[in-house]
Amino acid sequence: MGSITLKNVQKHFGEAKVIPSVDLEIKDGEFVVFVGPSGSGKSTLLRLIAGLEDLTGGTITIDGKDVTDAAPAARGLAMVFQSYALYPHMTVRKNIAFPLKMAKMEQAAIDKKVEAAANVLNLTDYLERRPSQLSGGQRQRVAIGRAIVREPSAFLFDEPLSNLDAALRGTMRLEISDLHNQLKTTMIYVTHDQIEAMTMADKIVVLNRGNIEQVGSPMELYLTPRNLFVAGFIGSPRMNLLTGDYAKAKGATTAGIRPEHLTLSKESGTWKGRVTVAEHLGADTFLHLDVEGIGQMTARASGEFGAHHGDTVYLTPDETRLHRFDDKGLAIKA
Amino acid sequence: MATQNTRTLARLMMAPSVVVLLIWMAVPLAMTLYYSFQNYNLLTPQNVSFAGFFNYQYFYTDPAFFQSIWNTLLLVLGVLAITVIGGTAIALLIDQPIFGQGIVRILVISPFFVMPPVAALIWKNMIMHPGYGVFADIAKFFGVQPIDWFAQYPLFSVIIIVAWQWLPFATLILLTALQSLDSEQREAAEMDGANFFNRFIYLTIPHLSRAVTVVILIQTIFLLGIYAEILVTTNGGPGYASTNLTFLIYRTARLGYDVGGGAAGGIIAVVLANIVAIFLMRAVGKNLDK
Ligand SMILES: Nc1ncnc2c1ncn2[C@@H]1O[C@H](COP(=O)(O)OP(=O)(O)OP(=O)(O)O)[C@@H](O)[C@H]1O
Ligand SMILES: [Mg+2]
Repeated sequence: MGSITLKNVQKHFGEAKVIPSVDLEIKDGEFVVFVGPSGSGKSTLLRLIAGLEDLTGGTITIDGKDVTDAAPAARGLAMVFQSYALYPHMTVRKNIAFPLKMAKMEQAAIDKKVEAAANVLNLTDYLERRPSQLSGGQRQRVAIGRAIVREPSAFLFDEPLSNLDAALRGTMRLEISDLHNQLKTTMIYVTHDQIEAMTMADKIVVLNRGNIEQVGSPMELYLTPRNLFVAGFIGSPRMNLLTGDYAKAKGATTAGIRPEHLTLSKESGTWKGRVTVAEHLGADTFLHLDVEGIGQMTARASGEFGAHHGDTVYLTPDETRLHRFDDKGLAIKA
Repeated sequence: MATQNTRTLARLMMAPSVVVLLIWMAVPLAMTLYYSFQNYNLLTPQNVSFAGFFNYQYFYTDPAFFQSIWNTLLLVLGVLAITVIGGTAIALLIDQPIFGQGIVRILVISPFFVMPPVAALIWKNMIMHPGYGVFADIAKFFGVQPIDWFAQYPLFSVIIIVAWQWLPFATLILLTALQSLDSEQREAAEMDGANFFNRFIYLTIPHLSRAVTVVILIQTIFLLGIYAEILVTTNGGPGYASTNLTFLIYRTARLGYDVGGGAAGGIIAVVLANIVAIFLMRAVGKNLDK
């Protein structure tokens, strides 16, 4: 069990209202990802849920029980920190066993659980090592092991993969998703990595300056961003946001078109642009263009598209995938 | 980083200080060694002659010799125990966010700035004095017979004074170590259900072990040579009750005018200090390699 409800949660650090007011409902077993730019309050919100920070106002309920003033350990949550926060003088075995030892579990039961966790996480060969003798990915797994032996009602992750290299990040991402499928435990995951958010989440919470901009499944956010901020934040490369005559013609203040919804051609199209930078990735080609009458735009072609700096390219938007926003930045429903 | 070039330059630049230090150490050591084999008494300075091992035998058979070694050990261990335990406690306290933290910290380290004889005299005349000391006042307030500290517990009194002087040093080192404890580790332990006591045992103490090692090593070096505090308070007495090895050497050389005997004592002290140093490095020095 691990349903978490935040009601009017506020956090001020002195004068700074870091979290003005947040309401959020997390269902049991959900994988929820908090995304947002740096300083948007993702970590703060997570720490409030964990009990590592006191609330300025509002209530937090876990499984129907008010835990607003409960100590971190009493909430039944486990957290994986960005720095892993392993205990440096303890072996891997002792690190993983620590929460069980604190819960005064019998040694035989502890050993069994530690072995089982080590097995799941491929750590069996490293149990007698110290954290300093492990690689980043192994440390990460120890931190996860320490979290899973407690059988918490929810896991909290604060950018757990940001210290790993790209390849390892990919593997660990899969491992964590896999873990979620096995355990079916609620997970709250903080990241500012687009790919992690889109691939892992059941539900994404987009934060901006401590406010929730939108909550929804990855595809909801991609297909129907509620406002300009979400439109610009979700999706990589970013959505092209056009103001001026084109938007006006479509009955909006701002019109948004994603790079992948522009058709590229060397002969003809709606817009004519000059390539400033071309990024050839093999599977994709990203073109950054200077478009006449509009300005900077980014377009994505699948596969190789032979264009280089200075070339002239024509763009045609797929107008069925156009996003329209009013003067307040809110999406206009079709 | 260190190319051949920079290494040669570094050696060249360090050479003068190394030479000075070497002379600084070697000359007194050689002279002490030389005098320890001479009959040289300041009462009869004209009769200087080779003495063989007589001075060593004389110092070693001095009835106060073993007591002074025992006292030296008690003094070092007593002060270490008080400063490490007390220093950890104070460091934990002043690590808490409190009002006027800066001033409190300065007050806590201020004993370190008081010169040893001055500190000892203040303790002797204003705090531990059986007639008008602070402790006597407290005892009288409770209607108890005041303790005559330096007569009844001479060595313990010296230990208290020296510990008071070294407490700031231990506190300071341990405080910086405490502050370098990763806050995420603490929070992780908190989430793992460790209460304050458990966090102290399983997280803080292992983290402090290196700093404690530094405190023990550095303090031991200085504590083996405690002298001024004894001189101005108990003068080594009553009897030899508060005489440590350093003070016994002083007694032999200056009060007995026996330069040869004092020098022999000095060499014995150097040998003993080196034994302690080797023992210490073996026992706790490996903490530093982690
Ligand atoms: N202890 C604190 N005291 C004062 N301000 C704080 C404190 N902790 C965080 N803040 C402020 O709260 C805001 C949100 O911080 P938070 O760490 O939650 O951001 P974040 O979304 O996790 O960012 P990042 O992606 O960089 O980790 C920031 O503006 C930060 O300066
Ligand atoms: Mg953060």
